Amino acid sequence: MSAISTASPEETAKFAAMADSWWDPEGKFKPLHKFNPLRIGYVRDRLAEHFGRTDRLEGETPFEGLRLLDVGCGGGLIAEPMARLGFDVTAIDAGEKNVKIAALHAEQSGVKVDYRHCLPEDLAEEGKTYDVVLILEVVEHVADLAHFLQSVGRMVRPGGALIAATLNRTAKSLVMAKFGAEYVVRWLPRGTHDWRKFVKPSELTDHMRHAGLTPGEVKGMTYHPFADSWEMTGDLSMNYIMFATKP
Amino acid sequence: MPQTHPAPPLDVDVLIVGGGLVGGTLAAALAQDGVSTALIDTEDPATLTAPAHDGRASAIALAGQKVFAGTGIWPHMAGHTQPIEDIRVSDGPSLLFLHYDHRQIGTEPLGHMAENRIIREAIHARLKELEAAGKPLAWLAPARVAEIRREAGGARARLDDGRTLTARLVVAADGRGSPTRTAAGIGVRKYDYHQTGIVLTIGHEKPHQGCAFEHFLPAGPFAVLPLPDDPTEGHRSSLVWTERSRLAPAILKLPDDAFQAELESRIGDFLGAVRPLGPRFGYPLSLQHAAAYHARRLVLVGDAAHGMHPIAGQGMNMGLRDIAALAQVVVDSHRLGLDVGGAQVITDYVRWRRFDNMLMLAVTDGLNRLFSNDMALLRTARDLGMAAVDKWPDLKRLFMRHAMGQTGTLPRLMRG
Repeated sequence: MSAISTASPEETAKFAAMADSWWDPEGKFKPLHKFNPLRIGYVRDRLAEHFGRTDRLEGETPFEGLRLLDVGCGGGLIAEPMARLGFDVTAIDAGEKNVKIAALHAEQSGVKVDYRHCLPEDLAEEGKTYDVVLILEVVEHVADLAHFLQSVGRMVRPGGALIAATLNRTAKSLVMAKFGAEYVVRWLPRGTHDWRKFVKPSELTDHMRHAGLTPGEVKGMTYHPFADSWEMTGDLSMNYIMFATKP
Repeated sequence: MPQTHPAPPLDVDVLIVGGGLVGGTLAAALAQDGVSTALIDTEDPATLTAPAHDGRASAIALAGQKVFAGTGIWPHMAGHTQPIEDIRVSDGPSLLFLHYDHRQIGTEPLGHMAENRIIREAIHARLKELEAAGKPLAWLAPARVAEIRREAGGARARLDDGRTLTARLVVAADGRGSPTRTAAGIGVRKYDYHQTGIVLTIGHEKPHQGCAFEHFLPAGPFAVLPLPDDPTEGHRSSLVWTERSRLAPAILKLPDDAFQAELESRIGDFLGAVRPLGPRFGYPLSLQHAAAYHARRLVLVGDAAHGMHPIAGQGMNMGLRDIAALAQVVVDSHRLGLDVGGAQVITDYVRWRRFDNMLMLAVTDGLNRLFSNDMALLRTARDLGMAAVDKWPDLKRLFMRHAMGQTGTLPRLMRG
């Protein structure tokens, strides 16, 4: 373990408490399951383009031979699909219970993922590098964002890619994500998010640049409450996803 | 039993039990899009296409044709189908006609007639083509499922011959009496019509001009559906004669000349002289609907999920709608690396299809009850109703679109 931990203990404990129901699409994490296909589709398409694998997308394992690190993997909602798409996946989480549940689920499903209970800085210090690093719905839970991005940035190999997704800190997100999502719609258990830790796109790009990454496309992910569906848009005021590369 | 080293299980994404019209088409839809699929059927494919196995013909609605086209099956049957150019409906001795003419909604025919044997041959040809192209398809027939264990992470099937398979999702496409459905403990609600569909192919002197006739007799609908001309037999049609079940066995066993006389009295003379071609088949008619379309790692499609009265010719077309929807949710999940037998896929499929099917079952059941009746008052009411439909173009266009399978939320495969 490194001297400075980037995960705050309260955050870790909160998620571990909910971990049992990670994989129930009608359970507590229903919104994440609803939202998952959109972000996976984006990740798949951007990475296929970046690594020249677009023509292989209709095959069995389009990303064979590429190493991917999923930081803050939770129950494995992203790690498992990435493994099925052919990536050699390492997935880490600061919550020990999450990692155990994710590993158990992957074994049941016959999917190979290397799950580890550790922090990104632990792996970074081991000198590990990856073709792709994913930090999806993670940075809003991190105590020291600059330090966190330094660690993950180091692990992207030159020519590799990093994708981050998070919630913007806007008046709308304060109302919607905090009171709307957690209290009114009851998407996520109460207390999942602290609005003050939400990250503006400009802050994220600054931290990325300091970590040696080149931020690229940013897209909004917008929820349509009446259709109960998600869509990629240009509206960054709530959920957004950012693609970056390492020169 | 001799002890041998067990072969490692064959691992696939989707295991389809039942290789009929619906199961076979689903296998083509999935395998062509890279979803690894095993298709199991108890019959040898060669037996299924023998003329004595299935004497029925199907009306393929426009939407169903799109599914066959989208799965690469249509080119293998296109030369052997008969476009339905118009439909004439009459009610007993009444002179009021309901006349569907495809020119009222566009230039495409209302549907196509094809013998089931021809559709099966086309599906088999496509499956062989996909196997030859190296698509991930394992077609195991004849083979019989001995047991399926469905667990949280996936399903494991054992065959009679000792082979084992693992799959993320099991699809029951094994017909009205679906053993897979029964083994999963899913019940069916069933209503017996006490009617039997007598089905046979007839040859006739005059051409049918692509016209389908539906004649409502007190015992039930009597339909003459156009088939393509045959080089040796000449003009042909497929006959569906609904009869009260207690009379049907006697009719099925009538000597040829007596049967022919019964036929002539019902068909009339618009096709000239008629004669039966090949054997007569009797199919008991019942309405049934599965109490659920799913269980853990299992979904039901086609007749395993719903059996209906053939009055509107929608049975196979509803099965094709099921599999077009299922193929879409499975392929979409597969392309994202998601679990194709996970709760989300199953929920999406069931929500999409179950309500639509219940509605169609209710409509066809109601039509049959309305028409299998000889009460004078009811007859007058429906005569006026049919005449009204004929005089009210908007309503008629809606009915015709429904007959063509073009209403509701269409899966991509049905949009062509």
